[in-house]
Amino acid sequence: MHYFDHSATTGVCPEAALKAAQMMSECYGNASSLHAMGRAAAQELAAARHAVAAAIGAQDDEILFTSGGTESNNQAIKSALFVNRRVGKHIITTAVEHPAVLEPIRAFASNGSEVTYLKPDRNGVVSPEALDAALRDDTALVSIMLVNNETGAVNPIAAIKEVLARRQSRAILHTDAVQGLFKVPINVHSLGVDLLTISAHKIHAPKGIGALYVKKGFRVIPVQLGGGQENGLRSGTENIPAIAGFGVAAKLGFENLSRHAAEIIALREQFEQELGAKVPDARLNFPGGVPHIASLCLPGCRSEVVLRILSDAGVYVSAGSACAKGKRSHVLTACGLPAQDIDCTVRISFSYTNTPEDVTALTDALSAAYARFHRK
Amino acid sequence: MQEVILLKLGELVLKGLNRQKFEERLKNELASRLKVCGPCAVESRQSTIYIVPQDESFDIARAEEICSKVFGVVALCRAAVCEKDVRAIGETATRYLRDELRTARTFKVEGKRSDKKFPLTSIETAIQVAGIVGEVYDHLEADMKHPDVTVHVEVRETAAYVHSAPRPGAGGLPCGINGRATIMISGGIDSPVAAWLMARRGLELHAVHFFSYPYTSDEAKEKVLTLLKIVAEWSGPIHLHIAPFTDIQEEIRDNCPEELFTVIMRRFMVRVAQRIAENNRSRALITGESMGQVASQTLDALVTTDDVATMPIFRPLIGLDKTDIVQFARRIGTFETSILPYEDCCTVFTPRHPILKPTVEMLEKAERKLNVAELTEASVRGAEHVLIRP
Repeated sequence: MHYFDHSATTGVCPEAALKAAQMMSECYGNASSLHAMGRAAAQELAAARHAVAAAIGAQDDEILFTSGGTESNNQAIKSALFVNRRVGKHIITTAVEHPAVLEPIRAFASNGSEVTYLKPDRNGVVSPEALDAALRDDTALVSIMLVNNETGAVNPIAAIKEVLARRQSRAILHTDAVQGLFKVPINVHSLGVDLLTISAHKIHAPKGIGALYVKKGFRVIPVQLGGGQENGLRSGTENIPAIAGFGVAAKLGFENLSRHAAEIIALREQFEQELGAKVPDARLNFPGGVPHIASLCLPGCRSEVVLRILSDAGVYVSAGSACAKGKRSHVLTACGLPAQDIDCTVRISFSYTNTPEDVTALTDALSAAYARFHRK
Repeated sequence: MQEVILLKLGELVLKGLNRQKFEERLKNELASRLKVCGPCAVESRQSTIYIVPQDESFDIARAEEICSKVFGVVALCRAAVCEKDVRAIGETATRYLRDELRTARTFKVEGKRSDKKFPLTSIETAIQVAGIVGEVYDHLEADMKHPDVTVHVEVRETAAYVHSAPRPGAGGLPCGINGRATIMISGGIDSPVAAWLMARRGLELHAVHFFSYPYTSDEAKEKVLTLLKIVAEWSGPIHLHIAPFTDIQEEIRDNCPEELFTVIMRRFMVRVAQRIAENNRSRALITGESMGQVASQTLDALVTTDDVATMPIFRPLIGLDKTDIVQFARRIGTFETSILPYEDCCTVFTPRHPILKPTVEMLEKAERKLNVAELTEASVRGAEHVLIRP
C-alpha cells in the first residue's frame, strides 16, 4: 500500500492513537465533572489546547476546539459578519477556496451580502494588489486560504494583512489554514490574522476534531448552545479522545517541523527526478507550491482512469480534490488551466510517513498508466 | 368482507387456439411473483383473472403493485366480493367505496351481468344499486357522463364484485411467450427502455453489458445491475452477461483511424453480443438506438453495424424522440438511475470528430489490422454471468 492522498486525510500517528485510546478506556471522565477523573480529563484538555496553541504561536485561550475545518470556517465567517455588521456587507474571498468557505459565504450572499472573488494568477496565488483593488470601506470580511488543497499554492497572508493595515480597513481577516499546518511555518502574529482554521485529521490526528484560532479580544458567536463548554462558544461535552490525540500530533508535528520538511523535500526531489526519467511528458501544474502537494498533468490520460490503474497497483492519489467527485475542479478552472489539462490532472500529496520505496512505486505506477494510454 | 384483485386481459383473449397456453403462462407468472405476498389462489374465468387471498396474512396492497407490473394485464382493480343479491350489493358498495363516495359530488353505477340466471338485467341492477347508495350518501347527484366516482358492479357466475375505476395495467403480452432475445445494455437512459418495450411484447430477456475497466468504473457496472433489477420487476428474471471489452477498445484505439473508433466498436459489440445470444439460444438482439441521436446512430452507421449481424436487431426506440424515451424511463422507474454520472463503454475513446457516413468497405479495411475473430471470442469467453432477480 502506497498512500499519497495526505491532503484528503492522514493516518493517525501511533502516539496520537495510543493517547486517544487511553482517553477512551481509562481517562474517560467528563472535563466538567468535579471529581478526580473529571479533573484528569480537564488537565488533558488543557494540555492539548496548549500544544495546539504553541504549534501556531497562539495563547492557549485563543484556541477554540470545534468538530473540524468545516465548523471552524462556518463559525469564523458567521461571527465576522455579525461582529462587523455595522462596517458593511462586503466580503472578499478567493475563487479557489474550499467549499467549507465558499458555501457559507454564498449563503450570506443570498441574504444581501456582496462578494468579490479574487482570481489567482497562473501559479494559483492571490496577490496583495488584487486585494488592494477590491477592498472597500464597507468590506467586513476578508477570507483567504493559506495553502490551497489542490495546487499547493501559498497565499501571502502577511502581505495581505499589510494592505488591510495600510488602508486602515476594519475588515476581519480569516484564513483557512487546514492545508497549511506543518506544511508552511504558521505564526498567527506574523500572519496578522484575526481568525484561523485548522483541522486535526490532516496532521496525523483523529477525524472529527479541529480548532479555530480566535485573536484575543475578538468574540465569536456560538454555533450551538447548551452546557457552556469552550467558554460558552461551543457547547457540548468535549471530545477528549480526539482532542488529546490532536494535542499529541500537534506537539510532535511542531517539534519535528524542520526534520519532516527536509524529508518531504527529499521525497519530492526523488519524485520529480524519477518522473522526469519515466514519464518525460508529465507536467507539474504548479511548480511553486508546497512540496507536499503535486498537481500533476499526464497529457492524454483521463484522471479517473489513472486513479483506477494506480489503485489496482496499491497506489492511492486523488483526481483534483477528493471532495469534488465527478465535477471538474473549480480551483483548477479558476487558475486558468485548460479543460483538457484538468481532465488529466491528479493530485499527489506527500507526508513524512512516505518512504523512497513508496515514491518509486508511485512513479512506476504513473509510468504504467501513461504507457497504457500511449501504446502506439 | 372478502377482497380480491381482478385482472383484465387485453389482446391476449384474441389469440385463438393459443389463448389457453398464454393464459396458463400468465397465471403461472402471477402465482410465482405473488408468493412474497402470502397465500393466494390465481383463478381465471371469462377473460378475467382473480387473485383470491387464502388467509388474513395476504398483503393485498403489495400484490396490487406487483400485478400492475405484469405484462399481459391491461387493467386491474381491487374489488369486494358479495352475495348475488341486489340489496347485499348495494350495501357492500356503500361500505367498500365509503371514502370515495363521501368526497365525491356526482356518481354513477355501471352494472354488468354475465350470469344470465341473475333475475335483474345490467341496467336494472345499476338503477337499484344507485338507489341504495344515493339513500346513504344523500349529497350525491347522479351524472351519467362525467361522474366523480363510478361504482362498478359485476354479477358473475360465482359471486358479485364491487369496485371503483380500474387502473391501467402494464399491457403487452405475458413474459416469454414470444421467445428469447438479448438486449445490449449500456447504463444510459435508452437501453433499459428498449429492454422493457420488447419484454412487454412477450420476449424473455438476456442482457449483455460491455465492461471496460479501468476506463469505466465498478460504479458503472453496479449501475447496470440496478437498472436491470428495476426492469426485472416487470420482465421477470434477466440473465446478464458482463463481457470484458477493454482489450477490444485498446486494440481499436491503437490500430484504427480515430474517426472510425465508435462505429468499429459498435460492430464489435454486435459480434460479441451475437455470439453470447447464440449461446443462450436467443433469436434476436435488442438495442436502444434511436435514429440520428448520436454519430453511431446515423442511417449509414446503422447499416454498417447491421452488416456484421446474422440475427435480427430490434431497435424499438428507432422512431422515438428523446423526450418520448424519457417519459418511458420515468414510467418504468429507471430514469433517476440512468442519469447518474458514470462513464460507460460508449463514451470511452470518443473521437473528436466521429464519421457520420461510414461505409462497410471503409470499416472492413480498418478492421484488417485487427484479429477480429480472436478478440471477439476472448470477450465471449471472458463474460461473467449474473442472474438478476426482481
